[in-house]
Amino acid sequence: MPQHDVLVIGAGLAGMRAALAAAEEGASVGVISKVHPVRSHSNAAQGGINAALNPEDSWESHAFDTIKGSDYLGDQDAIEIMCREAPQELLHLEHLGVTFHRNEEGKLGTRAFGGASAARTYYVADITGQAILHVLYEQLMKHSEVFRYEEWFTTALLQQDDGAMAGVVGRNIRDGSMELFPAKTVILASGGNGQVYNPTTNALVCTGDGIALAYRIGAPLMDMEMVQYHPTTLAGNGLLITEGARGEGAHLYNAEGERFMEKYAPNKMELASRDVVSRAEQTEINEGRGFPDGTVSLDITKVPRKRIHEALREIINVGRDFAGVDITREPIHIKPGNHYTMGGVKTDFEGRTPIAGLYAAGEVACVSVHGGNRLGANSLLDTLIFGRRAGQDAARYASDTGMPKPSYASLSAEQGAIEAIIRRERTGRRVSEIKAELGATMDKYAAVFREEDGLRTALEIVKRLQQEATTTATDDKGSVFNQDALGALELGYMLDNAELIVMGALERKESRGAQFRTDYPARDDEHWLKHINLSVNGEIPEVSYSDVTITQWQPEARTY
Amino acid sequence: MPDYTLKIRRYDPESGDAAYWQDFTVDLAPERSVLDGILRARDQEDGSLSIRCSCQAAICGSCGVRINGKSALACNTKLSDAAERAQRGGINNEATSNGAIVVEPMGNMPVLKDLIVDMDAVHWKKIQRVVPWLLPEGEPPEREYIVDAEAMIDVTQSMACIQCGACVSACLSMEVDPEFIGPAALAKAYRFVGDPRDAHHEDRLRDLAEDPHGIYDCTHCFACIEVCPKDVAPMSQIMRLRRRATGDYAIKDSNNGYGHEKAFVDIVERWGTLHEAQLLPRSFGDGSLVKGQTRPAAVKQLIDSAPAALRGLARGKVSPRKVLIHPKLPDQKEVRRIYEEIEGRDERIELNLYIVGEEGEGGADDKEPVQGESGAES
Ligand SMILES: Cc1cc2nc3c(=O)[nH]c(=O)nc-3n(C[C@H](O)[C@H](O)[C@H](O)COP(=O)(O)OP(=O)(O)OC[C@H]3O[C@@H](n4cnc5c(N)ncnc54)[C@H](O)[C@@H]3O)c2cc1C
Ligand code: SF4
Ligand code: SF4
Ligand code: FES
Repeated sequence: MPQHDVLVIGAGLAGMRAALAAAEEGASVGVISKVHPVRSHSNAAQGGINAALNPEDSWESHAFDTIKGSDYLGDQDAIEIMCREAPQELLHLEHLGVTFHRNEEGKLGTRAFGGASAARTYYVADITGQAILHVLYEQLMKHSEVFRYEEWFTTALLQQDDGAMAGVVGRNIRDGSMELFPAKTVILASGGNGQVYNPTTNALVCTGDGIALAYRIGAPLMDMEMVQYHPTTLAGNGLLITEGARGEGAHLYNAEGERFMEKYAPNKMELASRDVVSRAEQTEINEGRGFPDGTVSLDITKVPRKRIHEALREIINVGRDFAGVDITREPIHIKPGNHYTMGGVKTDFEGRTPIAGLYAAGEVACVSVHGGNRLGANSLLDTLIFGRRAGQDAARYASDTGMPKPSYASLSAEQGAIEAIIRRERTGRRVSEIKAELGATMDKYAAVFREEDGLRTALEIVKRLQQEATTTATDDKGSVFNQDALGALELGYMLDNAELIVMGALERKESRGAQFRTDYPARDDEHWLKHINLSVNGEIPEVSYSDVTITQWQPEARTY
Repeated sequence: MPDYTLKIRRYDPESGDAAYWQDFTVDLAPERSVLDGILRARDQEDGSLSIRCSCQAAICGSCGVRINGKSALACNTKLSDAAERAQRGGINNEATSNGAIVVEPMGNMPVLKDLIVDMDAVHWKKIQRVVPWLLPEGEPPEREYIVDAEAMIDVTQSMACIQCGACVSACLSMEVDPEFIGPAALAKAYRFVGDPRDAHHEDRLRDLAEDPHGIYDCTHCFACIEVCPKDVAPMSQIMRLRRRATGDYAIKDSNNGYGHEKAFVDIVERWGTLHEAQLLPRSFGDGSLVKGQTRPAAVKQLIDSAPAALRGLARGKVSPRKVLIHPKLPDQKEVRRIYEEIEGRDERIELNLYIVGEEGEGGADDKEPVQGESGAES
């Protein structure tokens, strides 16, 4: 029975950073990940990571951009912490070995990114997330005292009688064995829920597991309605063209050849906040000025060729392999697509949830530093800063807590539940069918533009799918790599996530950040400058509100 | 939409039965990937069909398999390309494909189930072998380390590795010597040896040169360069390790038996001349490296390293001219031209995709010769 002071669920940037920080504090640490750590979705971050490191730049400027980007829904105390600590965190990564781009003097060099008033995005070509992820994994290999449970799937969080964390149940994907992991603290670092939508830029593993697991044991979720649509994704498959492309100078055009951002954001143009650019594109498309495939075009040929090769190499590959387009020579068709989960498990800025010993960090969590809309290159930063803080705080908390003794009954209950799925006869629909309907439903009703009737329809469909999900069966009856059974569990998580997104969107009767209600098109600070919290309560989630923390930046009208 | 038949190697370790082939027919657009095909079969026909995958965008490195005998990522291989290749006849495959796209687990690693191999037992063990973390000297500076911009771009090529294992799967040396540290791990080693912040270049090089399964165990077969989905060019990284070892630190190849060449000749004998000889024309001629046209640098890289391979061939009883200029190989004129071009060159230029990219319009000339001519060929 493997027991740990700190047990981290997830080995993306947030998880590995938390694990390393906790180990540095002397805690005994375990990391569970359903995929090998370097397969984690943090890999996909192409663009870079923000930090006000240049002497001409300031953390206040970074904080203000973040707050304005969040449409004033971000909590300013948390944002201050993130922006103040960013330069040190970036230097720490550099010292660990991340091969950040240099300028001619051999110092760290930057690029411009959307919604930012200074070029403060640090990067490694366009493999920034991958480079950091692999370097953190190098450190994990170095620190062999951190236990790695690679290809282990967490199926449940366990509590003690007084509600405090007791550990988790995990399934070894390689042989199907189930194990009880007692732990004084559990840090959820399990990433976002993009797979709830189709198409999405998110990988197949992004099924919102941590959000659902925490919700199920009573942890409140926050800002769930805030789902980011990224302005430049490929039409069919949702693959991302990094914002770095626009940062380097690419332009957007409608089918009539008009550089339409002039109408929507005359100052920042293509580099306005993502919600603004996505809405602009969707408006062009809805009003008939898009291409027949429901897209507008991104012209990267504006960027000097040598710069494309140096800084945007990965999207040359993406364009060639996945769209058949040579982006150095011709424009590429793109549209807004699901990209990022701003909401998640509500935490304070040490990553703590209201459940003693339960922490969350990274995309699964909602601190909230992104509020209604995340700025590009702020997410990697969020994962690292709050991953580290959670790791440190959990280690401290564990140092004067006894090892809990979760009951074996919970292990057998989980075992029984999975076996029941595997043994079930097929009477209903396939997991893949339900997932496809879910993805299309969310993309239709809970996307860039939303309204009451559509959201109600979506909720009905999700409720029906939840019923149907109880009868799905598996073809795989074995124990080794039974991905079929895990798919059924993930579907359950995704449906929980979907329900909560729609509930949040229905509740917020205004337009702010990523939530644009065509029936309530204005921002309404008087009634809605507050977070929506959702917690489990029988059939329908319980809604409550929490204040937005404002330190020094009063809400203003948002123009770019 | 066309129908594609996937002939997939199945193996269920719990059944007690041996591995077998199973055909799945999927109805998908030609530009969709082989992974899309496999997932379609799994979603609609048989949920027990197993493959690791996540990003579907050639980023996470999960979906390495062999398609028509060639190691590749399932998610960045188009169904149409794979089918076309299958039509022309899969390479060295025991399955008679009848035009079906043949999908098998990667080689050189034990199969766990269906298309899933044990990466830990081979790939990650070898990565661990090269001390895969930065070893700087003393306390870090207050700000960043000041390092040459070019050096960072240079190691970024090996940083681009997604640890998919395709090169390990394809490596001929590893087939002969399972202890060989191998392409991915040695590329990883270059990531530190080429990194000015690391303070143990010499130790690392000495270690990798003295290990009989180290940098001198590579046979220059190009397979890793050919299959790598991220242009990491592991063989080139190995050549750079060798050049640094001898050039910067005068470290000798203490296993001077050139065991790798013997191995190479063994393989040539075992697999037949034509197969080996095809490696070069395949890389230069109809392989994806040239076809894309957007990656002339990769072609140049191949040419760059070629003389070594040819010399290796020459030392083992096989005459390179005879092997390369083989009547059965297509496009004799082109092969001859390439052969003459590489033989005529005595100095090797350090080449790196990222650096070439940076040279810009002026530097484009630099990469023209090969691109221009191979462009004319296709
Ligand atoms: C295409 C793309 C590009 C992006 N570009 C940028 C960018 O340029 N800059 C930026 O700042 N951000 C970017 N982002 C966002 C950023 O990449 C993510 O928000 C961030 O990496 C999330 O990291 P994480 O550590 O929270 O989660 P992840 O990296 O998603 O890791 C989640 C981990 O949890 C594990 N896990 C999940 N469920 C379970 C379970 N049930 N049991 C066990 N383990 C589990 C997984 O195995 C994985 O290890 C981008 C996102 C996408 C999709
Ligand atoms: S070139 Fe060397 S490392 Fe690469 S596949 Fe051939 S033998 Fe292996
Ligand atoms: S070098 Fe290339 S083929 Fe080898 S593991 Fe890395 S990315 Fe894969
Ligand atoms: S699925 Fe990630 S590399 Fe293919």
